[in-house]
Amino acid sequence: MSAARAVRPVSVASFAQAQNVRRDDQRNEVEGLLPVIAEAFGAIGITKDDVDFICSGSTDYLVGGPFSFVMALDAVGVWPPRSESHVEMDGAWALYEAWVLLQEGKVDAALVYSFGRSSLGDLNEILTLQLDPYTMAPLWPDIVSLNALQARALIDAGKATEADFAAVASRSRRDALANPKAQVAGDIPVETLLEDEYVVAPLRRHALPPITDGAAAIVLAAGDKATRWSERPAWITGFDHRIETHALGARDLTASPSTAKAGEVAGVAAGPVDLAEIHAPFAHQELIVREALGLDGTVTVNPSGGALAANPIMSAGLIRIGEAASRIAAGQADRAVAHATSGPCLQQNLVCVLEGA
Amino acid sequence: MADSEVLHAAHHIEYPYSRSLGPVLSAFMTGLRDGRLLGVTASGGRIVCPPSEYDPDTGDDVGELVEVGPGGVVESWAWVSTPLRKHPLDRPFAWALIRLDGADTALLHAVDAGSPGAVATGDRVVPRFRPAGERVGSLADIEAFVPEGGAV
Repeated sequence: MSAARAVRPVSVASFAQAQNVRRDDQRNEVEGLLPVIAEAFGAIGITKDDVDFICSGSTDYLVGGPFSFVMALDAVGVWPPRSESHVEMDGAWALYEAWVLLQEGKVDAALVYSFGRSSLGDLNEILTLQLDPYTMAPLWPDIVSLNALQARALIDAGKATEADFAAVASRSRRDALANPKAQVAGDIPVETLLEDEYVVAPLRRHALPPITDGAAAIVLAAGDKATRWSERPAWITGFDHRIETHALGARDLTASPSTAKAGEVAGVAAGPVDLAEIHAPFAHQELIVREALGLDGTVTVNPSGGALAANPIMSAGLIRIGEAASRIAAGQADRAVAHATSGPCLQQNLVCVLEGA
Repeated sequence: MADSEVLHAAHHIEYPYSRSLGPVLSAFMTGLRDGRLLGVTASGGRIVCPPSEYDPDTGDDVGELVEVGPGGVVESWAWVSTPLRKHPLDRPFAWALIRLDGADTALLHAVDAGSPGAVATGDRVVPRFRPAGERVGSLADIEAFVPEGGAV
């Protein structure tokens, strides 16, 4: 089913994220979320009574226990009872569900949040569990190795070089110096990065995301609330997500047709793009997504530093939308594209187009 | 609370149930146990291996199972110099996407090539099956692929 372009204007009214860190073992998920949700509400002077719907994105596989999202609701406080939903996906998809509900016009505001502590287990093993359980997972291929296969395919196809991957990493972490929430930032030239050792060749250390504990929250608003809560609302004008087969060997890993289709339906090409926040945990993925979205060299990509600067699993996609919306709200951009990904090697992709007044 | 007071505990979770693999994957796994590799005929006569019950692109029903391989061509590879504890080999190896002879899609497996110089995209590889008595109907019935005519 096509989500297509927005019918009812909905804005990203508020965005907050936790400090992204390698390991937060002083606070549980609820304690980590509480200040983030309080900040998202506080920035626009509202409380939970001002939102009609709550949707979260998280995964039990990080926590190691079932229905962990139910416990996380304590960070909001759901008494008296609230209308609430959850997706076992990045918060960007939770945002999509809330956006669809707001499109129906029965409610005017929603809280969306996501959380995940990657430090609790071994991500290389946890992320293997998302693979085909019969033809892939039994061999325990790790996420770094799968992305190395994708990076090699790009190199073999003549579409990119290892220096191109390093250039993405160098730029991202330099931009992250201006992002106080970033976990990894630094001004390191490409030549120096290319001296890094391989983790799984052809991916060197710099082309991998950090392992991050984090959380994020967004308030969506429509109608009067959208204009009352924001001086310059960041309107969602197009929103779509698409998925490719989970048979990795049946895909062309050098392209992202699901991103291209989502971008087409969301209307990326309907106007000039000032900036793009691309969810590319591995450096080479940014090159594939850029091409799929048709972004040229005039587009500012990942001014936040992107997922190479902080990669809180289940939140890094939602944060892309928040970062893009924040820059529109601040008047730094008029039209932005935010992208989120899920699954191995860009299997599933979401595209959100945001515009200023 | 000081760091020294933080409590840590190991937490093991598992879902110890089993299910039937269905008509396509059952045949594929039984084939592996017997030392044979099967693909399935999908849209436009394309042979998909590993096989699925539906066309991976269109979702259409699939047709007959056909034998593919055993050899194939490396379509992409990644060199693991330090294997992780659950990896199929405990020495440096390559992960590879391998398009088996007669198939149009690629199978993921390990290539026991010895050194990164001994594997490249386009190389031919063949499976090294475990002995018949040790095979159980799993992709792990193939220990690894090895370079065709190679020394490993």
